[in-house]
Amino acid sequence: MKPHRRRRLSIVLFLFIGGLTTVLITIFALKNYINHYYLPDQIVSGDVPTERTIRAGGMVKKGSVAHDSTGLGVTFDLTDRVNSTFSVRFEGILPSLFREGEGTVVVGRLNDDGVFNATRVLAKHDENYEPPELKGMVEHVDP
Amino acid sequence: MKFLPSWMQRLASPQYFFLDVKVWIVWLYVLGVVGLLVGSIWGLAFVPAERLQGDSFRIMFVHVPVAIFAQIVYISIAVAGVVHLVWKLKMADVYMAAAAPVGFWLTALALGSGMIWGMPTWGTPWEWDARIVTTFILLILYLGLIVLRQVIPNPARATFALSILAIVGAINIPIIKYSVVWFETLHQPASIELFGEISIDAIYRFPLFTNIASVFILTAGIILANMRFETIVRNASKTWVRSWIQGRDR
Repeated sequence: MKPHRRRRLSIVLFLFIGGLTTVLITIFALKNYINHYYLPDQIVSGDVPTERTIRAGGMVKKGSVAHDSTGLGVTFDLTDRVNSTFSVRFEGILPSLFREGEGTVVVGRLNDDGVFNATRVLAKHDENYEPPELKGMVEHVDP
Repeated sequence: MKFLPSWMQRLASPQYFFLDVKVWIVWLYVLGVVGLLVGSIWGLAFVPAERLQGDSFRIMFVHVPVAIFAQIVYISIAVAGVVHLVWKLKMADVYMAAAAPVGFWLTALALGSGMIWGMPTWGTPWEWDARIVTTFILLILYLGLIVLRQVIPNPARATFALSILAIVGAINIPIIKYSVVWFETLHQPASIELFGEISIDAIYRFPLFTNIASVFILTAGIILANMRFETIVRNASKTWVRSWIQGRDR
């Protein structure tokens, strides 16, 4: 490669790598602002603002979903499956993908009792795509 | 360039590029459209609904291919930017001009299909989530690549500015890719990794991979057709263009 081309190539590479490093350092410093939601341990430890609307995410704890006997009200627990769990109170229609054991993002405010008053509930879904009959087929395999 | 086969070296010349590539475009269009029809009909009608999401997951067969190539086309434009700045190859600028609108529409389709998918599954079409926002930035970058050419009247300076924008903007690509790993996002992590396991059941892979290949072929065809247009516009005063218009070289 001719010297002037090598020089230009190194300037271009420096531009890219220098820019990338700068941007990465910046976004990792701002990680808390870029994260879409707070995690259960942040909610439980009280590291979240209570004076404004926030988003919190976690797994819906199995067996925790309790619908009110009248109306649309529902209470459930969100957990990180390690040691942090908090309760969510929501009045409205849950998305169809909302299921026990699946990920959910709730939008609302944390009240003083540590209960999250949700105004919206969003369902997360994972990256696994399986047909419905697959589970049964796997179970019927005999050695 | 000496290490390339002679038919490839020939393509660096605008005239031979213009004449040689026409046959390819026809085949790429035919193959791409047929493949897209096969993959989409297969995905819509001949695979079962997903275990949790039901039928709404089928938009994945459009969303994933266009989102992949929205990013790959941007990387290719940035590489063309490097080629322009370092080697001053004329075809690099032709490529940048031809590929930018294609990338723009791929990104728009990725965002649009994602919004349609998000409504039944997440319960919202739009959230300020790292993956969605960085993809939106990609759309703005493509828009910048298209608009910059219009606002800088001097072609040489426009190409220089475009190359810089393309290379600096490429910083966004690894951030899009790893946004779902580095940050808490509503968007799920990747199902297909180049060097890893695929978390999509085998029966869904065939229509998905057919569509990924078809979108690639169609994208290549459209970019080549745009490049052909760009070459003839830029060389309008050359004798080979005149003789082509007069029908001698066809």
